[in-house]
Amino acid sequence: MYNSSETKSDLIIEVNDLAKEYRVYDKPEGLWASVRGLFHRKNRIIHALRGVNLSVGRGEFLAMLGPNGAGKTTFLKLLSGIITPTRGTARVLGHVPWDRADDFRRRFALVMGQKNQLWWDLPAAESFRLHQEIYRIDPVRFAKIRDELVDMLGVSHLLGQPVRELSLGERMKLELIAALLHEPEVLFLDEPTIGLDVVAQHTIHEFLRHIQKQRSVTVVLTTHYMKDVAALCERVVVVTHGSILYDGSLEQIVDRFTTHKVVTLDLENAPAPGEMERFGFSCEVHGPRVSLRIDRSRIADVLPKLLASQQVRDVSVEDVPLEEIVAGLFRGAANRQAGVDPEQEVGAV
Amino acid sequence: MSTTANSESLHTSSGWFPGLRSWWRMLIICLEERLAYRSDFALGTVMRFLPIVTQVFLWTAVFAASSRTDIAGYSRDNIVAYYLLTMVTRAFSSMPSLAGGISRSIRDGSVKKYLIQPIDYIGFLLASRIAHKLVYYIVAILPFAAVLFFCRGYFPPAPDGLTIAAYILSLLLSFLLGFFLEATLGMIAFWFLEVSSIIFAYMLFQYLLSGHMFPIDMLADIPTGITGVSLADVVRLLPFEYTAYFPAAVWLGKITGWELVRGLLIEITWLVIMIGVCRFVWWRGTKRYSGFGG
Repeated sequence: MYNSSETKSDLIIEVNDLAKEYRVYDKPEGLWASVRGLFHRKNRIIHALRGVNLSVGRGEFLAMLGPNGAGKTTFLKLLSGIITPTRGTARVLGHVPWDRADDFRRRFALVMGQKNQLWWDLPAAESFRLHQEIYRIDPVRFAKIRDELVDMLGVSHLLGQPVRELSLGERMKLELIAALLHEPEVLFLDEPTIGLDVVAQHTIHEFLRHIQKQRSVTVVLTTHYMKDVAALCERVVVVTHGSILYDGSLEQIVDRFTTHKVVTLDLENAPAPGEMERFGFSCEVHGPRVSLRIDRSRIADVLPKLLASQQVRDVSVEDVPLEEIVAGLFRGAANRQAGVDPEQEVGAV
Repeated sequence: MSTTANSESLHTSSGWFPGLRSWWRMLIICLEERLAYRSDFALGTVMRFLPIVTQVFLWTAVFAASSRTDIAGYSRDNIVAYYLLTMVTRAFSSMPSLAGGISRSIRDGSVKKYLIQPIDYIGFLLASRIAHKLVYYIVAILPFAAVLFFCRGYFPPAPDGLTIAAYILSLLLSFLLGFFLEATLGMIAFWFLEVSSIIFAYMLFQYLLSGHMFPIDMLADIPTGITGVSLADVVRLLPFEYTAYFPAAVWLGKITGWELVRGLLIEITWLVIMIGVCRFVWWRGTKRYSGFGG
């Protein structure tokens, strides 16, 4: 488990053995099967979350990484009180989220990808005004915060336009503003950069980093993009098949899950076929550029020999790309899952 | 955990007043949203009058074909006036796309936002429905007035002030009763994702038993098998007739005195029951909600 320096009283999120099962109806293909389905239904239990434990301190910026269907979104839905768990407990800001107390709901915000809090047919300014009333924000304070956020994201020219006419990136920015008007202490973000171009992604990263620092908001973010994580989060939780696989800093992932470094050489001349293979490491050769995966423990030993044996113009030693490590983690989990623990139990009702 | 000092200063005091203000804001926003589609609305209003015209022709033909001047206490003029009046009641009590809209928001997950925000979903729906109706009345008042003016000859002389007061009360109650009936119906989507057939079955009953199709007192001679209890007596105890027949019959002077008081009491009782049922269904439904749609 990840140990940060916060004291117990500063725990914003505490989750114990939290589990959620869904019962889904398997719709068979074909008309006849559908008719039979009227009388005899096959239900499957999906274990979206299998007893998760997690504590998050005030001001932490935590990323949840995981493949589709890993349980990330279910986790956020539980923490924001949209759904009730099958088992386990959770406290956010001292409240049980699914009791949906107004005092709790005034103190957090959830932004879910494309699910809009904004009114589709009205300008965002109107939705903001409604939020002012719903969250009972003092009018002076409201105007100040709104202008600040709007300035930061540079969207003042969009406020008067019906939301349906805006681009995805523009909508996302306005969604974020809507979520932050009441100055939530906790912010849940479900894939906030999905489908956005690089520039918009960057703007949103900058914005989130700034907001989080300035207000010490506790942020939990789910994502597929390593870029989001690398730009924003010190702490990473990797989730697969409803369980936490890793909880720690981003750097530690590299330490813990990689045994290799990637050494890239730019040679004067393309090497003869088979020449690089003799070092005994897996390698890729593209003309004069050669990449070798070398055991971390052997780098110091192998690198001088490599450099001596070739005419080298340039050399770099890098960690295995994060994407690759995480993909490896996901794959490993998937294989284990397939072998031992059947994900779904089939039962007829 | 109590609110921190920071958020204490941020939020103005709680209580019913700010609640009313946010409700008012919702009303205004819903009004703006409805007005964004005014052309769609204007067309819908005009279409609404087509059934009345056909009903008038139908009953004119029925009376012309039979030699009777009176069917179950209704003269031809009475019948025309009755249909026009049920149209007025339906303008209050019918809730186009309320149940369907609720079930859709449950199915596609947009109901989530009302679970996250410190807002009462049923209160919000009510505000949006009032806005919906207000915009409708603004658009519909002219065609309604024109039709009622042209058909003024069918109406008996206007009733006394007390009856008019009871009529208006029954209209307002019919709005609320219609709202809570259909809101509850839409929330069945928490259990069955596809509720359109349930809504259809309800509409059928509603159409038959509300008096929308024929005046309910025409059922007074139909026995139920229990001595002294007619079908009309049974229907009177159900909520449906209060969403069409009852106000119309009050205006026409067919329900007076103790019967009028009893009718209003039954209507109020149903309203209270449905408010409770609606809240209960929302509470149970959100407990089992599994947050579909991402």
